[in-house]
Amino acid sequence: MTSTHTIAEAPTRQERISRLRESAHRIRHNALLMGEVQGQGYIGQALGVADILAVAYCDQLRFRPEDPEWAGRDRFLLSIGHYAIALYAALAEAGTIPVSELETYGSDESRLPMSGMASYTPGMEISGGSLGHGLTVAAGMALGLRRLGSDSRIFNLLSDGELDEGSTWEAALECSSHGLDNVTAIVDVNALQADGPTATVLRTEPVTDKWRAFGWHAIRVDGNDIGALVDAFDAASAHRGAPSVIICDTRIGRGVPLLEDREKAHFMRVEEHEWQIARTQLEEGFIR
Amino acid sequence: MTSIAAPAKKKLTTSAMIASFADPGQKTTPAPFGHALARLAEERSEIVGLSADLAKYTDMHIFREAHPERFFQMGMAEQALLGAAAGMAEVGLVPFASTYSVFATRRAYDFLCLDIAEPGLNVNVVGALPGLTTGYGPSHQATEDLAILRACPNLTVVDPCDAVDIEQAVPQLASHAGPTYLRLLRGAVPRVLDEYDYTFRLGKAAELRTGRDVVLISTGLMTMRALQAAERLEKDHVDVSVLHVPTIKPLDREAIITAADRDRLVVTLENHTVVGGLAEAVASTLAFAGVGRRIVPIALPDEFLAAGALPTLHDRYGLSTDSIIDRVRTELTH
Repeated sequence: MTSTHTIAEAPTRQERISRLRESAHRIRHNALLMGEVQGQGYIGQALGVADILAVAYCDQLRFRPEDPEWAGRDRFLLSIGHYAIALYAALAEAGTIPVSELETYGSDESRLPMSGMASYTPGMEISGGSLGHGLTVAAGMALGLRRLGSDSRIFNLLSDGELDEGSTWEAALECSSHGLDNVTAIVDVNALQADGPTATVLRTEPVTDKWRAFGWHAIRVDGNDIGALVDAFDAASAHRGAPSVIICDTRIGRGVPLLEDREKAHFMRVEEHEWQIARTQLEEGFIR
Repeated sequence: MTSIAAPAKKKLTTSAMIASFADPGQKTTPAPFGHALARLAEERSEIVGLSADLAKYTDMHIFREAHPERFFQMGMAEQALLGAAAGMAEVGLVPFASTYSVFATRRAYDFLCLDIAEPGLNVNVVGALPGLTTGYGPSHQATEDLAILRACPNLTVVDPCDAVDIEQAVPQLASHAGPTYLRLLRGAVPRVLDEYDYTFRLGKAAELRTGRDVVLISTGLMTMRALQAAERLEKDHVDVSVLHVPTIKPLDREAIITAADRDRLVVTLENHTVVGGLAEAVASTLAFAGVGRRIVPIALPDEFLAAGALPTLHDRYGLSTDSIIDRVRTELTH
């Protein structure tokens, strides 16, 4: 990000973090807006990954918001289709879709369906939802772009629940076997899946050791610490010869104590009067 | 120590997995798919090949030898094979991904359906050992691949008869903008259609012979058998037409209705279970069009099939030329 020639203009690490903190805040705000439209849903996960998406979309990814199909772009693949609410929030922050469109989330004729689909939304690279697909497609894109001489990078956001799927590990082998250092996987370890805590559904820990054993350059960070995320993404970007994975421990509902402390649920119900409380708590937490 | 007496008569054996279904002395072409793909790649730089540890057994090794930098080994991981092929198509390449039909359809269907067919990508899935073309039993016999894939939106499905079909189909599949599935015949593949005034056209059926008494509506390698049966029946003064239907989806409904809507015996022939393949596609086409014709299905039974030697199995399950002739004669005497 910096060089001796441009050091005067380049933002300092602190400036980057400060700017990204504001982006993450707006992403959370956008997500609450969409959550309220539906009254329930994957708001907990969206708040949890907001910091990751802020760093990805506002610091790391090379793309043109006005031209989502630009061939030279980096690709961000959302395999966890139900996290679409979070990605729409980030795409609005990135300028790919207008903030005013967010209120159509999950409505008939909307470009923003509940589960992310490439044919509906500008900037949505794949149709996720059937879990364990994203990394397989990422591997193909990375092989293809390398063959075409492109230096574009591929990011795949997957959940810790997705580590249950065998295809994730097929793709993990494929990426390391082909030395795809243009691939960065981001694993959201929120320790929760549809039937309950990950540890009780199917134990996936030790996650970092597994990725290392599969030949990946693995970094584990607090996924709600923007400074740690920036450092991890920079390190992944600089690593050569093997794909990188950033394993992010995140907190469901992060930034809104009301939702952070609620009994953890994959699909969270929020009462009508609670949305204003949630927004107020988000603002208070940001100013603090 | 006791010894076991050798069987008095040598039995046919399953033989190698790549046993050819060609008749003894029949004209064949080696690895037509691999050679056709390698030739096409000379003209089109975006063609790439992938396989899941079965390059050698899907004739993809010919392409790999000709264009090593454009071949991608995915390992024995069929889900990742098809997901990766989708990713390659997403960035502008035209992949041909080969494995066995059983793995492409049963094991990796979710990836074929959602990553390839739903976005309508130009990915060409190549499945070897379709129907009953191996004696290895149900683990390798893709007897229901057409039934599965006919129901998949966007997908074009091709069941070639011989080397001519395969050679002509490969460039057309690559030129077709959407996803395709090719039922691969591999190794020493019979070459029969060059004896006829025939060109493969994607989506089109072709009348290879005319005949007043019977029409055989056939697909895949069963067209070869249909032609043999027609020739032999001709000697008995039974006049048999053959309509070859190499594209199963989209089906050439017009040609089928035209062929069936006449006063002659209508027989369908396919190397596939009687459930959900050509027979039912023809039946529904006729019924939906209000054409009330009885059709006689020659197809594999709705069963898990036995292991054994291919000639034995084709006889047992009714796919051999002799079985076809017997069936037609029986139906005609009704």
